[in-house]
Amino acid sequence: MSESIEAASVEVIRRGRRRRVRRRRTVVVCLVAVLAALFLTSLCVGHTVYSPYDALRVVLGETVPGASFTVGRLRLPRALTGALAGFAFGLAGATFQTLLRNMLASPDVIGITSGASAAAVFAIIVLGLGGTAVFVVAVPAGVLVALVIYLLTYRQGVLGARLVLVGIGVGALLNSVTSYLLLRAPAWDVQEAMRWLTGSLSSAFWDGVGPLAAGVVPLSAVLLALERPLTALQLGDDSARALGTRVETVRLALVLGAVGLTALATAATGPIAFVAFLSGPVAQRLTGGNGSPLLPAALTGAVLVLAADLVGQFAFDTRFPVGVVTGALGAPCLLWLLARPGRTRLARRAEGVL
Amino acid sequence: MRTRSSLWLSACVLLVAVAAVLSVMFGARTVSPGDALAALVHGDDGSLARAAVRQRVPRTGLALLVGAALGTAGAVMQSLTRNPLADPGILGVNAGAALAVVCGIAYLGISAPEQYVWLAVGGAGAAAVLVYVIGSRGRGGATPVKLALVGTMVTAALSSLVSAVLLPRLDVVDTFRFWQIGGVGGASADGILQVLPLLGVGFVLGLASARGLNALALGDDLATGLGQHVARTRLLAALGAVLLCGAATAAAGPIGFVGLVVPHTVRLLTGPDNRWVLPLSALTGAALVTLADVTGRLVARPEDMEVGIVTAVIGAPVFIAVARRQKVREL
Amino acid sequence: MSATRTLTVEAARFGYAGRIVVDGLDLRIPPGAVTVIVGANACGKSTLLRGMARLLAPERGSVLLDGKDIHRTPTRQVARALGLLPQSPTAPEGIAVADLVARGRTPHHGLLGRWTPADDEAVARALTATGVLDLADRPVDELSGGQRQRVWIATALAQETDVLLLDEPTTYLDVTHQVEVLDLLTDLNRDRGTTVVMVLHDLNLAARYADHLVAVKDGALYATGAATEVVTPQTVADVFGLRAEVIEDPVSGAPLVLPVGRHHTRRD
Repeated sequence: MSESIEAASVEVIRRGRRRRVRRRRTVVVCLVAVLAALFLTSLCVGHTVYSPYDALRVVLGETVPGASFTVGRLRLPRALTGALAGFAFGLAGATFQTLLRNMLASPDVIGITSGASAAAVFAIIVLGLGGTAVFVVAVPAGVLVALVIYLLTYRQGVLGARLVLVGIGVGALLNSVTSYLLLRAPAWDVQEAMRWLTGSLSSAFWDGVGPLAAGVVPLSAVLLALERPLTALQLGDDSARALGTRVETVRLALVLGAVGLTALATAATGPIAFVAFLSGPVAQRLTGGNGSPLLPAALTGAVLVLAADLVGQFAFDTRFPVGVVTGALGAPCLLWLLARPGRTRLARRAEGVL
Repeated sequence: MRTRSSLWLSACVLLVAVAAVLSVMFGARTVSPGDALAALVHGDDGSLARAAVRQRVPRTGLALLVGAALGTAGAVMQSLTRNPLADPGILGVNAGAALAVVCGIAYLGISAPEQYVWLAVGGAGAAAVLVYVIGSRGRGGATPVKLALVGTMVTAALSSLVSAVLLPRLDVVDTFRFWQIGGVGGASADGILQVLPLLGVGFVLGLASARGLNALALGDDLATGLGQHVARTRLLAALGAVLLCGAATAAAGPIGFVGLVVPHTVRLLTGPDNRWVLPLSALTGAALVTLADVTGRLVARPEDMEVGIVTAVIGAPVFIAVARRQKVREL
Repeated sequence: MSATRTLTVEAARFGYAGRIVVDGLDLRIPPGAVTVIVGANACGKSTLLRGMARLLAPERGSVLLDGKDIHRTPTRQVARALGLLPQSPTAPEGIAVADLVARGRTPHHGLLGRWTPADDEAVARALTATGVLDLADRPVDELSGGQRQRVWIATALAQETDVLLLDEPTTYLDVTHQVEVLDLLTDLNRDRGTTVVMVLHDLNLAARYADHLVAVKDGALYATGAATEVVTPQTVADVFGLRAEVIEDPVSGAPLVLPVGRHHTRRD
């Protein structure tokens, strides 16, 4: 092959790769910008509207009469909780979907959020705990439920389809436990119930933000650091091993990280419906499917939660918890993602399940 | 097999009778069988025992009917979709019915039960179609796992919509609780009469499709070769299942897992012949829901635990066991 | 470049969850040659290949790469020497051809993984060799079966290893593409000296393309050697349970197996 032809082909490759990397970077930057805008909006908008300038001053620690309480004590923790939880749900969802090679297998379908929810409700209603203690109960519970699902499924290696089915069964069982506990609560509070059944940001206060951030930040760092081995795993276990990836170790770390993130976020906000499911596919549609899906999905999750919360609070006469908004929008999104004609790729993904 | 199946039939009838009696006997206070019979036969004489019995009879009746409806519907759905995991709760059918009813109450001001039964049926049908259409996309068609997944998601989405409709109307808090988990506690003789016609038609359609479903189990092509009108059988059977689910949900809220657990158990006893599976599923379903209701009353005295929770606690492990036994291909 | 890489299997036993598939097998892969493994269905040939690729740990015995136990060598180091095309690889949805092939460069990257111009060149070479350069920016999902198989081979090529293992690289391909792929692998062997080891189910293609043929029966070696030595009516009968006549292929001179069934046999 002559030198010039070889150089030309290398140039083609390089340009193509650069273009795709640029697209992905642009998407990430745009998502961060949108997230920042939504965050700021959440701080400013409400019963009383504050200017972005005032809101920023409060964030930076200044005391602004009137705004300090509303923005600092109410809206800021709410926005932070929403962003962190959305980030965690999106990241965990994309990880599960990639690991199980199936878009339909997200932690809120396969029972992981149900486990954390049930434990959190148990902790609050039966044990009377609050704050950090709830996290301490809910996170190991989520991991335990994941372990149970794994053990129930394991037979000559975990088969994805069976895992999904067992997860659905376990999820249904735990959901009914949660419902029962909620019905038996001494003071049946609709808001509280809604939080644990569909997810809500209304109970977000400062004492919850600390533990949430303390868990989400390191776990997210771990998962994002494993992006490269994850891209190898996407090619199948055999190919990944052939490329020199330590498959078992990486997979275990990814699963533990994703389960931990899911449990943390659920303990903070309840199981916000569909965020974990939608973030990955939406992010993939934006970036065109190249490179690792994790960071764009995480950012998409945060955007979804903050946007849905704004809609739930202000778009209608009644205040709807964020989970109701995402849940109600989930069905048309599901339709759009699965039923578009000619979506042979997604169809092939769904077809991979039995 | 025939004699064994008839034996099981008699056993199931007996079981239903026992369940009914137990249901009338137990509750916040226990009534002896003698008193129960006396109350049924001689009517109210003012005693507390008789009052308790009179209150429990409609409840028992509803539990029996709803259980039979869900059992039959589940068996029909499993046959129709060739999916051992089909259950009106899992496939989102109950959620569709619940949403339709809630919307009817909230937006159309419907309060007459006989009207919202029709809504429930419509909602059940719409949800079933939705789940089936989405689940059929892609190669392989409507495989069991895809249907289960799509059903779970549609249930989640529709439940969110139910919450969305009810939240602004917190004065109907009790209705909301009712729709979260199925319960037969609010039963009344009138209420039962409202749903009876639809249930009746559903039962007739469902049970009559037994032979057709047997043929369909061999595959569409073979069934047509055997002279079976495939599309018509499917449509009528589906209609029967939807009527049953819709009416049951309208009367008692979304009760899950009955439609899953009962047909499997029955099939273990009688084999896959639908001419036995369907009627026995009806009877076993009736017994199961009634007994679950009794259990709920006993376990959580003096209140009661909604029947939907008990069926979930029983049904989910069965679902998991079936899922584990399934031969599934690698994802 | 690579005529020195040796891959040896010594008295190895491979199995899955209590079931032994291959036992007591000794095999030395000649460096710089094309070796083809053949055998009946479920005889253990894929298991053997996966064992050689260190995907499966031997319950007994060992697999040696350049004389060192492959399971004691850091897996990334092995990945730089030995590449694999598995039987059913999966591609992430929507990925472009060039990006998929680029994943083959992973073993050369390490933790920090900076992409260098050398990587671009390796990808370009791999795509050109498999004739899919003009498809570089297309999504893999949109390609035909034959094109996709060539892309997967390019991914293995981009790994730039001295040894290449392929598990049934010609399944799902029509005859034209089967021959194309096998010719490409032969080019690779002749031009760069890559040691090629592949499992093929088509005995005739195996006989034509193999420098060294390995016949496996019931998890043990039945015969190894040049195709003309190994492919005899006796071998075909023992290994495949098939009655056959073997003649010389007029095109390539390799042995050609003609099955004798119950019908359509001329009675002379």
